[in-house]
Amino acid sequence: MRDAKGHLLIVDDNKVNRLLMCRSVEILGHRASTAENGKVAMQMLSEQSFDMMLLDIEMPEMDGFEVLEALKADSNLRDLPVIVTSSVEGLDNIVRCIELGAEDYIPKPVNKTLLNARVSSSLEKKRLYDEQKDLLRRFATDEVAQDLREQGFAIGGRRISATVLFCDIRDFTALSEDMAPEDTIDLLNTYYTLMFEAVTSHGGIVSLMVGDGLMALFGAPQPLDNSAQCAVSAAQEMQSMVAGLNEERAALEQPELKIGVGIATGEVVAGYAGTDARATYTCIGKTVNLAARLEAHTKVVDHAILIDHATWTQMSDHQACQPVSSVQFKGFSETLNVFGL
Amino acid sequence: MTQPLIDASVLDELSEAMGQDFAAELIATFLNEGPVMLAQLKEAATAEDADAYRRAAHSIKSNAQIFGATALANQARDMELGTLEDAELAVGSLETTYDQTAQALKVALDA
Repeated sequence: MRDAKGHLLIVDDNKVNRLLMCRSVEILGHRASTAENGKVAMQMLSEQSFDMMLLDIEMPEMDGFEVLEALKADSNLRDLPVIVTSSVEGLDNIVRCIELGAEDYIPKPVNKTLLNARVSSSLEKKRLYDEQKDLLRRFATDEVAQDLREQGFAIGGRRISATVLFCDIRDFTALSEDMAPEDTIDLLNTYYTLMFEAVTSHGGIVSLMVGDGLMALFGAPQPLDNSAQCAVSAAQEMQSMVAGLNEERAALEQPELKIGVGIATGEVVAGYAGTDARATYTCIGKTVNLAARLEAHTKVVDHAILIDHATWTQMSDHQACQPVSSVQFKGFSETLNVFGL
Repeated sequence: MTQPLIDASVLDELSEAMGQDFAAELIATFLNEGPVMLAQLKEAATAEDADAYRRAAHSIKSNAQIFGATALANQARDMELGTLEDAELAVGSLETTYDQTAQALKVALDA
C-alpha cells in the first residue's frame, strides 16, 4: 500500500518547532503526538506504539543522542524508524546520529517536500519490517523469531543440551480414511492448536510438523532451567488436552483419539538447516532419534508417554514414573532404560 | 554590514505551505516564547553554564530560521558556536536584534 498514514512521535524541546512539525506532518495526513524531551518520549513509547519518530538533538533532560542509544538497547524499540530533525551544527553530529541508528537526517527548518519523502519511505520500511516480523512469528515461533532477531540468520548449528519430544496420533491414517478431507484438516487443526499450546506454554518450540506427528524442542534456541521437566509437563498437558477433546468427541459419537509421546534428553546439534533461501530451525543427533524411537515404542508397551533415562534423572517427581523393561532400539548399540508415565 | 531583519520570501513560503492562520499562530507563539528563551540565555551567561547557553542560543537560532529572521539567526548561531567570553555583550546585542525582529514580525502579522 502506498502513502500509508502513520502515528508519529515528535520530540522537540522548543514549542515553536513542535507546533510547526506537528502541523507539517498533519498536512501530510499523519497523526502526531509530541514530547518536549527525550525522557518524556521514552515514557510515551513505553505506553503506546508509534510508527516512527521525528527527533531533535539539542534537548534538556535527555538529548537526541541519548534517545537513540536507549532505542538501540531496547529490543522492542530498536526497529522504530527515527528521523533526526535538527539545526545542530557540525557534520560529525549528523554522522553520530546515523551511527546510532537514525534512519535519516533532515536539517531545520524542515523542507516540506523532503519531509514528505523521508516520512513516507520510513513508514514503508516500518510496514515491511512489521510484515516480516509477522511472517516470522507465523512460521517460526516466538523463540526462533527472537533468536533470529538477536543473532541473525546463519546456516549452521551448535552443540547444546536439550530435550526432544515426539508426538503423534495413533492410527491416524486408518482414522482419517473414514473421514471427509475437510474434517481431517479440521481435526488436525484442532489437534495442532492444542499441542502447540502445550508445547509453548512450557517454553518449548514446535520444530517439525508432518501429518499428525510433531517434533518439539525444549532448551533450544533459548536455554531452559530444566528442559526435561518442561517437556514432561508439556506431554502431561498434551494428554489431558486430548482427554478433554475426547469428551467432546464422545458426545458427537466420534472415535477416541490416542496420542503417543516420546521424550529424550541429551546433546543435540541445533541450528538453521537448509539453504540460504529456505531453511528451518531444527535439531539432529542421537537424542532426536531416541525420542522418535521412544514415541514409536509407546504402541508396543501401551504407555502414553515414554521417557529416556536422562530425562528421568532430571525430573522432580519420580512417583508417576514406572520403569519399562529395557529396550534395544535400532541404531543404538546398548540396551536403554526406559520409563513410562 | 547590516543583515535584513526578515527575509520576506521565507515568511511568504511559510504562510503558503502551512496556511496563513497557522503562520500567524506560530509567530504569536514565537513572540511569547522569545522573552523566555532570552531570559534562559541571560541566566546561563550569568551562571556561566556553557551547556545551557549553547542550548538557548540554539533554540533562538532554530526559531529565527523558521521565520527568515536572518540577522537574529546569524547572531544566535555565532553565540551557539562561540564561548561564554563576551557573553554579556553578545546577549545585549541579541536582545536588541530580537526586539527589532519582533517589531518586524508584528508588522508582518498585521499586514
